[in-house]
Amino acid sequence: MIRDPYVEGRAAGWQIVDAPSLEADHTLEADVVIVGSGAGGGTAAEILARSGLRVIMVEEGALKSTRDFKMREAEAYPDLYQESASRKTRDKGINILQGRCVGGSTTVNWTSSFRTPPATLEYWQRNFGLQDLDAEALAPWFAMMERRLNILPWEIKPNENNQVLQRGAAKLGIAVGQISRNVTGCWNLGYCGMGCPTGAKQSMLVSTIPAALAAGAVLLTRARAERLAIFGDQVTALECVAIVANGSPPGPRRITIRAKHYVLAAGAIGSPALLLRSGAPDPHRRLGRRTFLHPSVISAAVMPQEVHGYAGAPQSVYCDHYLERDALDGPLGFKLESPPLHPVLFATTLQGFGSAHARLMREFTHSQALIALVRDGFHPRSQGGTVRLRDDGSPMLDYPLTDVVWEAARRAWLAMAEIQFAAGAKWVAPVHEQSAGYSSWAEARAAIAALALKPQLARVVSAHVMGGCGMSDQPKYGVTNSYGKHHQLANLSVCDGSLFPTSIGANPQLSIYGLAARNVSRLAEVLNGRPAVAIA
Amino acid sequence: MVTRRQFLKAGVIGGAALAMLGAWQLARQRTTASNSLDARHLILSAIVPAMLAGVLPEDATARRGAVVHTIARVDQTIAGLSPAVQTEVAELFALLNTGVTRVLLAGVWADWQVADAASIAAFLERWRSSSWLLMRSAYGALHDLILGAWYSEPTAWAAIGYPGPPEIAR
Repeated sequence: MIRDPYVEGRAAGWQIVDAPSLEADHTLEADVVIVGSGAGGGTAAEILARSGLRVIMVEEGALKSTRDFKMREAEAYPDLYQESASRKTRDKGINILQGRCVGGSTTVNWTSSFRTPPATLEYWQRNFGLQDLDAEALAPWFAMMERRLNILPWEIKPNENNQVLQRGAAKLGIAVGQISRNVTGCWNLGYCGMGCPTGAKQSMLVSTIPAALAAGAVLLTRARAERLAIFGDQVTALECVAIVANGSPPGPRRITIRAKHYVLAAGAIGSPALLLRSGAPDPHRRLGRRTFLHPSVISAAVMPQEVHGYAGAPQSVYCDHYLERDALDGPLGFKLESPPLHPVLFATTLQGFGSAHARLMREFTHSQALIALVRDGFHPRSQGGTVRLRDDGSPMLDYPLTDVVWEAARRAWLAMAEIQFAAGAKWVAPVHEQSAGYSSWAEARAAIAALALKPQLARVVSAHVMGGCGMSDQPKYGVTNSYGKHHQLANLSVCDGSLFPTSIGANPQLSIYGLAARNVSRLAEVLNGRPAVAIA
Repeated sequence: MVTRRQFLKAGVIGGAALAMLGAWQLARQRTTASNSLDARHLILSAIVPAMLAGVLPEDATARRGAVVHTIARVDQTIAGLSPAVQTEVAELFALLNTGVTRVLLAGVWADWQVADAASIAAFLERWRSSSWLLMRSAYGALHDLILGAWYSEPTAWAAIGYPGPPEIAR
């Protein structure tokens, strides 16, 4: 029997309000209002609510839960993702996968969990004055969230898509590791990206948000946080507007929320955008700057054996060999992982059209793919992108792909092709419009060296948006301090991936959980005058 | 010294840019008109068979049905995009719907109803490998919309050996 916490919760009187269903405009009050219900907002909600504070969560997306998840891309992308999973950077050079639903990206991510790499934290200490964020100080917070979300190494045999990475790397004498996942009683189905249909994935949707609701928090769904009212150094209200669906214009219901403290956890595009729309003070022009993506390039292979890349835990093996080879601020390193392969995601990602594309798709069950997540934000010529507003107030990320990112992309295609051929691939192609695929490593090596490095020729994707409200101990270099407290606004904190002053260099969910738990526990203590509860 | 060939090339590109600006203006005025939806359907009726060559059914009736159904799925996808991106998509189709830009930018001389498959495939190929980012991203939009629509349907899955999501007892 599969449990859906919202079925029982609604019966128990959880306060869930769907904004478009309101018959009049409303004004609500709370101790803390949290914008966004993903990794940062969900963690914040449980800690604050269980510490006795009156919490309102505001979520732009709809509430879809365990029993709604049908493992179909046709429903999942429009229902659960920003811009129906086709959000793009300004020049369309990068496709961004980002959640837009209760639970945010945690509802649709592939469960990969890594603590923030110590090298990244050391870089933040040296360059952003974040002395208090060292691996030792953060360890208890990561440990607490690992307990809370059952984050453990995946002990079950990796699926074939991941085993290819394992085998190829072993042939080349390259180390791989076992990914930790936030699951409890996982069925090993492989559909994490469409919402977990069994409730096994310990996303915010089934863990912290239910705990917050049980502690009396209010969840407002399909409500877009439009603007903060600001007076001096104080936020005085949050103005929200009801929205029916992805793509539909907002309105007509408006909800005004007054709170003692405002927590922004709308993600690294949404949080800076809300501050920009609100005309928040930004004396050093830091807001929305240094937004990072782990720009990712892809290599597809056809294996002699069946792979069934859609089945089994999507990501269970990783390779950090190419992250650790060069200096952190030298040539850009990349992390290798295997992405799950589902028909729409695979077909839209693959190059070519017509018969050529159809031929590649006929190899679907034998197809294998690797992705290289490029670590951006450390090299002087990798300063990330900038969140701006369109005329209608919606956010747009301008992320120029610079020469150092492209140089890493080429190294990554080479590394991935070498691994895939070493694992026995019959055919390998970087996902690039100029590549028709290669049948040997020697052929691939020569051809990849000649590929043009241009957006929309090479497919570049991202599932990790970070930065834009970066932390620094000095207002000159960041939007917030290491606790996420806004440097210019006294009663506003940022609590999501937008805090990161560089990219993480690993899938970011656990970095967000740990930092959010630390920062919000401090906030609860300040607001309550007594220590926050430990949620695990 | 500027050669005649370079001059002609600059002239064509300049003309194309002007025509494009005109079409952009036109597109902005047109985006809400119902005839723009009809135009989009007409253009997609020509482009879908080229994008999906090799997967559409052979039988003419079944093929027509599959194209119509795919276009309906593309409509659904577009409706799920943000209002700003929907406007960009409308602009793209307005560009393709205007004779002068269809010829200058897409290189398709005949009206969409009568354009032959080879010239449409050639247009997609030109945009796919264009040196203009704008053309490549327009191609990318058509690629993702149409192939995404096709492979989102269970009817497309048998051909690629995908069994569909597993049954789970609830």
